[in-house]
Amino acid sequence: MMQTKEPSFNGSSEVAERVSHSATSDRPYKFVLKGAAFFFGAVVLVFVWSVLQAAWPALRQNGFHLITGTSWVAGGNGPFGAFALIADTLITTLIALLIAVPIGISSALALLFLVPPKFRTIGASLVELLAAVPSVVYGLWGLWYLTPWLSHTVQPFLAGITGSQFPFSGPQQGFSLLLAGIVLSVMILPTIVAISRDVISVVPVDLIEGGLSLGATRSQVFTKVILPTSKTGIMGAIVLGAGRALGETIAVAMVIGSNIQMPKSLFSTGGTLASTIATEFGDASGNTGAALAALALILMVITASVNAFARVLTNRAKATA
Amino acid sequence: MEVVTTKTEVTTNMPTTKNEIAMQLKDVSVAFSGRTAVRDVTFDVEEKKVTSLIGPSGSGKTTLLRSLNRLHDLTKGAVVEGQILLGDTDIYNDKLPTTLLRSRIGMVFQRPNPFPTMSIYDNVVSGLRFNGIKKKALLDEAVESSLIAAALWDSVKGRLKNGGTTLSGGEQQRLCIARALAVEPEILLMDEPTSSLDPISTKAIEDLMGELKNRVTIVIVTHNMQQAARVSDNCAFLLMGDDRAGELIEFAETKKIFNNPSDPRTLDYIQGRFG
Ligand SMILES: Nc1ncnc2c1ncn2[C@@H]1O[C@H](COP(=O)(O)OP(=O)(O)OP(=O)(O)O)[C@@H](O)[C@H]1O
Ligand SMILES: [Mg+2]
Repeated sequence: MMQTKEPSFNGSSEVAERVSHSATSDRPYKFVLKGAAFFFGAVVLVFVWSVLQAAWPALRQNGFHLITGTSWVAGGNGPFGAFALIADTLITTLIALLIAVPIGISSALALLFLVPPKFRTIGASLVELLAAVPSVVYGLWGLWYLTPWLSHTVQPFLAGITGSQFPFSGPQQGFSLLLAGIVLSVMILPTIVAISRDVISVVPVDLIEGGLSLGATRSQVFTKVILPTSKTGIMGAIVLGAGRALGETIAVAMVIGSNIQMPKSLFSTGGTLASTIATEFGDASGNTGAALAALALILMVITASVNAFARVLTNRAKATA
Repeated sequence: MEVVTTKTEVTTNMPTTKNEIAMQLKDVSVAFSGRTAVRDVTFDVEEKKVTSLIGPSGSGKTTLLRSLNRLHDLTKGAVVEGQILLGDTDIYNDKLPTTLLRSRIGMVFQRPNPFPTMSIYDNVVSGLRFNGIKKKALLDEAVESSLIAAALWDSVKGRLKNGGTTLSGGEQQRLCIARALAVEPEILLMDEPTSSLDPISTKAIEDLMGELKNRVTIVIVTHNMQQAARVSDNCAFLLMGDDRAGELIEFAETKKIFNNPSDPRTLDYIQGRFG
């Protein structure tokens, strides 16, 4: 060490001693951290491996039919074609986005620019509250309050628009892809509001004032300056919302009518990948268990890629802000 | 916009006599949440001249400048008192829409702020589009004339489709000047427009101001005393009073402020004794 070669004033050797002491006392800490990280990695690997293993019989039996097949015979040995489930998953998510994105972005803008400061915190807590409500509560709410409202009001109204033709055809019983989408839209709203608010709030004031000083109205500043500037981040918010909607299980299972069939309209009952796993897991006859594990695998691949995409977008938004 | 051309004729008709007044400040005070930042400022902004605002940091130069195009309207708790007349119009009390006011009084900011999602072309015409002008021929014409006026045309005419933020800092600032000029404002407010730029870009923008004087009235805030002396015709010196609110100490021709100021505090400041 330094101080042995160059005899220096007292203070420095004391400091060096302390530094080296703290370096040694760091070691157990580092060890624990590394161990924890290793353990975590191992858990992930074991987890993925066991899902794969559970799904293997179904994968071997059905092959690509698992994704493209349109018939799903529950119980016994299939065939297990999850096309309808994948379609329902995407349709309900799309409905949720169609509702939640415009409302979410407008709410974020309103929270940032229109609402007086003292209500802003109330708005923010409200958003957090909505985010913290457990899914099953949304499910119950959909079941008790939205089902009758849908079958008495919304569905007759929509059917009236198209003359009971696609996409608003079929029995008006409440439970439907439409209802699942509506419940999901409420569930992903807080995500979209919170994240788009965050990315919009980092749009430099310079740009906003630049727009205003050229004679822009407030709404022009929103649409021509703020939204384009935070586009990437808002896309990230939307994709994160989509990720949540794709994987939502119990609330969807409670309102979608749990019925595996090819969707014919938005009024059809159905089942998403996640909701079907939740409703069918008790039935382990034949290869059904393996088929459900295969659904889990498909769902994991979809949500993992969507979340990775969202991460790329939000990171890029942060980098450019 | 027509107003500009008629007024040009007035000035050329009487080249040597006293100039027209573009804007009058009468006892202008600005307070933020009850705390006064500038107090009772009164002076006239002469048309087609450069008026500089100088003074130490915190003396309220920016605050005063931003009151001239009502940019404080967005700030909760900001109150502007007194009268600011644009021609005969009291900009705070008469029913002049702020959007119209701001297209008559342009602004260039301390840091270049081109819209990052827009091309050079779109940046220049953004103000025109905000004001509802859509005709391609008009926009094309405005792009060329504004970029020429901002001394940027030759270097960017081949890459108008490129992003506005691909330019260098000095070019970006000239782009922002072009963007402001495209709306054909009567007055151009500039808040330390060269403080984030290198000496060469600074020189380019100072030269530019000399030429712009022929078409637009300029009010510029600057920390750089030589710059104020070089570019401005009239000069307002602000200084914080005892309660730290900025006050106008002296307003005069720039020559007088720098050679023979009436107030000893002005002399102290321009000789670098505080601030
Ligand atoms: N939005 C605001 N809210 C509260 N106070 C403000 C606001 N803007 C400015 N002030 C206050 O007004 C006073 C004058 O500030 P201003 O920015 O006008 O000074 P300046 O002369 O431009 O200084 P500088 O040379 O550093 O730019 C300062 O005390 C500042 O804190
Ligand atoms: Mg300032």
